[in-house]
Amino acid sequence: MDWEVVIGLETHAQLATHSKIFSGASTAFGAAPNAQASAVDLALPGVLPVLNRAAVDCAIRFGLSTGATVASRSIFARKNYFYPDLPKGYQISQYEIPVVSGGTVTIEVEGQARTIRLTRAHLEEDAGKSLHEDFHGLSGIDLNRAGTPLLEIVSEPDLRSAAEAVAYARALHRLVTWIGICDGNMQEGSFRCDANVSVRPRGQEELGTRCEIKNLNSFRFLEKAIEYEIRRQIELIQAGGAVVQETRLYDPDRDETRSMRSKEDAQDYRYFPDPDLLPLSIEAAWIDRVRAELPELPDAMQQRFTDDFGLSMYDAGVLTASRDMARYFLDLLPCAGNDAKLCANWVSGELAAALHRESLEIQDSRVSPQQLGGLLKRVQDGTISGKMAKELFDVLWREGGEADALIEARGLKQISDVSSLERIVEALMAEHPAQVAEYRAGKEKVFGFFVGRAMKASGGRANPEQLNVVLKQRLKAE
Amino acid sequence: MDLANTSLRQLASALHERRISSRELTQAYLERIGRLDGQLGAFITVDPDKTLSQADAADARIARGEAGPLTGIPVAHKDIFCTEGWLTTCGSRMLSNFVSPYDAHVIEKFAAAGALILGKTNMDEFAMGSSNETSHFGPVKNPWNLAKVPGGSSGGSAAAVAARLAPAATATDTGGSIRQPAALCGVSGIKPTYGLVSRYGMIAYASSLDQGGVIAPSAEDLGLVLNTMVGFDTRDSTSIERPTEDYTAALGQPLKGLRIGLPREYFSGGVSPDVAQAIDAALEVYDRLGAERVEVSLPHSHLSVPVYYVLAPAEASSNLSRYDGVRYGHRAAQYGDLNDMYERTRAEGFGAEVKRRILTGTYVLSRGYYDAYYLQAQRVRRLIVNDFREAFARCDVIMGPSSPTVAFGFGEKTSDPVQMYLSDIFTISVNLAGLPGLSIPAGFGAAGLPVGLQLIGNYFSEGRLLQAAHGYQQATDWHRQVPDMARA
Repeated sequence: MDWEVVIGLETHAQLATHSKIFSGASTAFGAAPNAQASAVDLALPGVLPVLNRAAVDCAIRFGLSTGATVASRSIFARKNYFYPDLPKGYQISQYEIPVVSGGTVTIEVEGQARTIRLTRAHLEEDAGKSLHEDFHGLSGIDLNRAGTPLLEIVSEPDLRSAAEAVAYARALHRLVTWIGICDGNMQEGSFRCDANVSVRPRGQEELGTRCEIKNLNSFRFLEKAIEYEIRRQIELIQAGGAVVQETRLYDPDRDETRSMRSKEDAQDYRYFPDPDLLPLSIEAAWIDRVRAELPELPDAMQQRFTDDFGLSMYDAGVLTASRDMARYFLDLLPCAGNDAKLCANWVSGELAAALHRESLEIQDSRVSPQQLGGLLKRVQDGTISGKMAKELFDVLWREGGEADALIEARGLKQISDVSSLERIVEALMAEHPAQVAEYRAGKEKVFGFFVGRAMKASGGRANPEQLNVVLKQRLKAE
Repeated sequence: MDLANTSLRQLASALHERRISSRELTQAYLERIGRLDGQLGAFITVDPDKTLSQADAADARIARGEAGPLTGIPVAHKDIFCTEGWLTTCGSRMLSNFVSPYDAHVIEKFAAAGALILGKTNMDEFAMGSSNETSHFGPVKNPWNLAKVPGGSSGGSAAAVAARLAPAATATDTGGSIRQPAALCGVSGIKPTYGLVSRYGMIAYASSLDQGGVIAPSAEDLGLVLNTMVGFDTRDSTSIERPTEDYTAALGQPLKGLRIGLPREYFSGGVSPDVAQAIDAALEVYDRLGAERVEVSLPHSHLSVPVYYVLAPAEASSNLSRYDGVRYGHRAAQYGDLNDMYERTRAEGFGAEVKRRILTGTYVLSRGYYDAYYLQAQRVRRLIVNDFREAFARCDVIMGPSSPTVAFGFGEKTSDPVQMYLSDIFTISVNLAGLPGLSIPAGFGAAGLPVGLQLIGNYFSEGRLLQAAHGYQQATDWHRQVPDMARA
């Protein structure tokens, strides 16, 4: 039977605010346990939450960037359940009326663009962490993360394969980091996905029973977990079984999903509006201010790069993979004589390779756009060859400096002027009369001999194109 | 100094004029507490060393000429307000070991004014009760008759002021917890408009209804204390930012032309005859002062108790979830797994009434019941708000009894929660609407027990309410009556 896969993602993006969503404590990662838990985060008796408006800014940014509706009035609700790392015994979230509704994200899989609809995005607070391994026979509680602002972004079940789910997660990741609302660090849990997966016979209208897979904190795990789950569900149904609605955990070590709790065990969270917080009211002026601060979005920039610079969609995609990448490219362009194709090749070629070798992000590149631009200018005007430029790039990367000074100091300037090349060629011809005769007798292969010798004589600095012209001229002239 | 017959304003003048030091005054109150509170149980914690060192600081401040109206005045605080370095129990075993690491906004305000913490007063557990019988630390007795309840939940604050163990006491009011005990103990008490007094550091029972206030002998004293207590606080999102107001400014202005709204529903049965008689007499005093009577109607007031007993437990069930034994407070000594720890901790830490309300609240918020209970109650709450809006279009202040009866005996209503809940029938709707309400002594009913007259005002009309109460207290001396034990 032909199966259709239906996937929807719920993504938690930790918002890049300095302080927590309902307290003034810092959100910085990596502090000693509980060093960043204030009275509010500890849920001491009598404390109250106060909304951090910077978190709302982030939600509005996201809404505007996805063409969604930003609610003029939304409600914070309490989601009640007991867990040691949930200090209040409830999580403040949004339930019936979220801050952001609708919107879309565009993905591309195998050259096909698809629009994925978003259901909603709402603000909520993160829980703390339970540490089960560090203390023998005891569990530790670290509340540093408790109260960190999250934007939970829920997609419609529009995704049809693991590849599409990954493409969507990547597109979302690019967007939230691009607009600066999330640092995107998946290892630290700043961006994590839950996947709702179901299968149905192709053509069937009704959705199959879904399972929710939690704990997906890398694109690779997301893909593998969904692939496993699809296989599991299809095999189960084909063997005459039925999928049970449940929450499953992905175990990357064994590459499988395991049942965590079934729908019957699902808790009743007893949501109700939080009486400690007023409804969140967002007036038009607030949205206008955020809109004015919004950068050009990646999709628009990608399109602009193809339109304005004649780059391929692929190249433009590479250059807009992150805002820092695009910023680097745009800074490089004027320094390199606005040769977009040359810049694109270098950024996605040499530079990307060097960054990859040292696991650096582009904003940490050892070669600045100005340095690289200086180098590329000399490629453009023929001062140095492409090959030399690559060597020089390695020098710039290792030792720093500036292209022109390096070319000068190392005597690397390419010899392009005709008279200098003619002198070299004439000397060679005088040295090798037999080969000149052979060439003139029609043995064209000998041309290569002269190119090699001329290059050697110039210390590799002869401009190859120019040399070709001069050689041909002199050899032919009797 | 005769503390049984000295008002807060008189104490303040005595301190300012250096006729008495804060240390002397405080020692006198501590002596009274030491001598009389054994019979009353009004205080959970007294810490004379701490209090006296604050008194010395206040004396120094007075000596420097930097004193404000409350500098050097010892104030008792309901044990619901977090006080740094003091045990803050909320009347519960759950917090019987909780020493607060921070001060409530209200406590900060009093400290800034130079007032001292005289002690922490007893209360119904987590402010859930109308008789002070639910306290883990034992009941508070009514100073007028030790066999009677003082009312609740601020029973300790009301009894302490009634016995003149404190010149004033803070309290909180979620459904009548200031006005009802003030009435039953023969003292004055005000619950301001919701949002005027910060809830930061005031342990939450039902967040949308809780409001801090004061209990003191007279309306004038209430105004003096309110001037310190009210104030915007960025740490409470429901706190209201308004220009500073002097709540004593209008005191002494004549009441001629004051339109007193008398809700038909408050005078149509359900009130015991002795209380009804005292209220009638009080209204006649207002007649003589030139006020006008206007009949008004609050047609949904009979729904206020059921609405309250859906909404307040719903919020409480969630507010009290933080008491899980993980971070502070009581934790069961013996337990198996995590759930067992939760269950035993909460089973041991909470008393029966708190459990009843947590269960009720959990029920009304549950899937399938939420619409029928919680949402429906919210709808009716809006009707109750509208009732008051319409009534206040026709009058300046609404009056009626604070409580349907005078103080009742211990154990009289504990077996029937609904009977207990009905003792707040006249006060609850005021919380549901977020309005200010006040209770003042208005004579005595059966067995010589005090009767309270309730004054309800429109939003932010505290000044006018206090003016109306003060006018009455200028014409009567019920607020000067003290129980025999206080004269001792």
